[in-house]
Amino acid sequence: MALPDAAHDQVRTGKSILTDTEVHRVVDRIAHQILEKTEGARDTVLFGIPTRGVPLARRLAARIHAFEGIEMPVGILDVTLYRDDLRLKAARALGPTDVPPGGVDGLRVILVDDVLFSGRTVRAALDALGDLGRPASVQLAVLVDRGHRELPIRADYVGKNIPTALSESVRVSLAEIDGADEVKLYGGDA
Amino acid sequence: MIRHLREAADLDAENATLILDTARELARLTGGREVKKLPTLRGRTVVNLFYEDSTRTRISFEAAAKRLSADVINFSAKGSSVSKGESLKDTALTLQAMGADAVVIRHGASGAPHRLANWVDGSVVNAGDGTHEHPTQALLDAFTMRERLGRLAGLNVTIVGDVLHSRVARSNVVLLGTLGAKVTLVGPPTLIPVDITNAEVSYDLDAVLPASDVVMMLRVQHERMSASYFPSAREYSRRYGMDGARMRRLPEHAIVMHPGPMNRGMEISPEVADSPRSTIVEQVANGVSVRMAVLYLLLGGK
Repeated sequence: MALPDAAHDQVRTGKSILTDTEVHRVVDRIAHQILEKTEGARDTVLFGIPTRGVPLARRLAARIHAFEGIEMPVGILDVTLYRDDLRLKAARALGPTDVPPGGVDGLRVILVDDVLFSGRTVRAALDALGDLGRPASVQLAVLVDRGHRELPIRADYVGKNIPTALSESVRVSLAEIDGADEVKLYGGDA
Repeated sequence: MIRHLREAADLDAENATLILDTARELARLTGGREVKKLPTLRGRTVVNLFYEDSTRTRISFEAAAKRLSADVINFSAKGSSVSKGESLKDTALTLQAMGADAVVIRHGASGAPHRLANWVDGSVVNAGDGTHEHPTQALLDAFTMRERLGRLAGLNVTIVGDVLHSRVARSNVVLLGTLGAKVTLVGPPTLIPVDITNAEVSYDLDAVLPASDVVMMLRVQHERMSASYFPSAREYSRRYGMDGARMRRLPEHAIVMHPGPMNRGMEISPEVADSPRSTIVEQVANGVSVRMAVLYLLLGGK
């Protein structure tokens, strides 16, 4: 089926949702919100969920350090082994898991991911976290919330809410992995 | 990813590396923490089908499957209807009916895992078949070398002893070749197979030691000591045993491996076995991580 030219272009090249300056601004805002909500980021550790949650977590820690001079530990939490869709898809390679030396017991853990969608990744992350120890509380920070939740999960810090259709896909690019910062919306029936 | 692991040749370099990388993450993941169990294979059934006794290998697979939360059924041929004449095929059909997601098989006949793979829907993992192969042992050896020496490509690996009857040696030659290491087989001429490809052969251990990054000693079975493969245990030990003097002729970084169980004083002296260069205990721990990786990658998705 032939698509109209303009719609076809959008499927291929995507519609820009956040430019690189906007991504920076959004990260800065979340960093401020974290500082405010955690009352100066005491007893708090950031956990990035691979792949793109990891550089985001590092950026948040860097911005928090720039604003207030606070060193917030950053961990990496791979959730592959805790996913509930493992038998539906081909086995996937594991990402790294890195727990800061202080562990998670009694701390406020902030999970960081790029896109919040069905909520299943976050559910898996909560299970994974439970096997690492017992955090005092867990919060969630995402760059983009695109809706369509399948589980009762919501984010504490949201960079941008993007209303999407299920047929669309959101792609986050970050300089550390993809060479440039950008969030784009692809696909849809146009 | 492949569906069965019947022999080392089932793995290309990409899949073998994926298994080693996964094993490393799993080792890191379950290493220092309180909850060693992962929910990954919850509800899956792994059957350990052992026609030969091998407590070490069976326990290793059992621990691996249990750490991934799979249900484990141990089926040993002794005392079962196998000793009353049930065929492998009928046993396979029984396992099939029970819904086994993976069958780990140890069998005295070379090629048994290949036959089994035709009869069951689940994944088949070879845990040693006759004198043919033992692929997960080769994987854990490769894993141990990579952890100790940082790489596999370009390593000089010397495998010493009864290569003829050794499935460990056979799997290692294939896998290490796939991963870019150079293998030299050393042993009495009576115990080196004639059809060797992709490995060098030497009958003089002392000559190859100075260039070896890894020396892997093979176990000498007691029945070979009394058979006429070599004149006497003493002579074998003098010519092919790894002792302190030989160990000191190795390069500084070289390691000594042994798949266990050892004949201390025969193929390996206690001084070597207990030295920091020996990786024998690490190999056991690495075996669990590697087998977890294999089970996860074979069963993780369909």
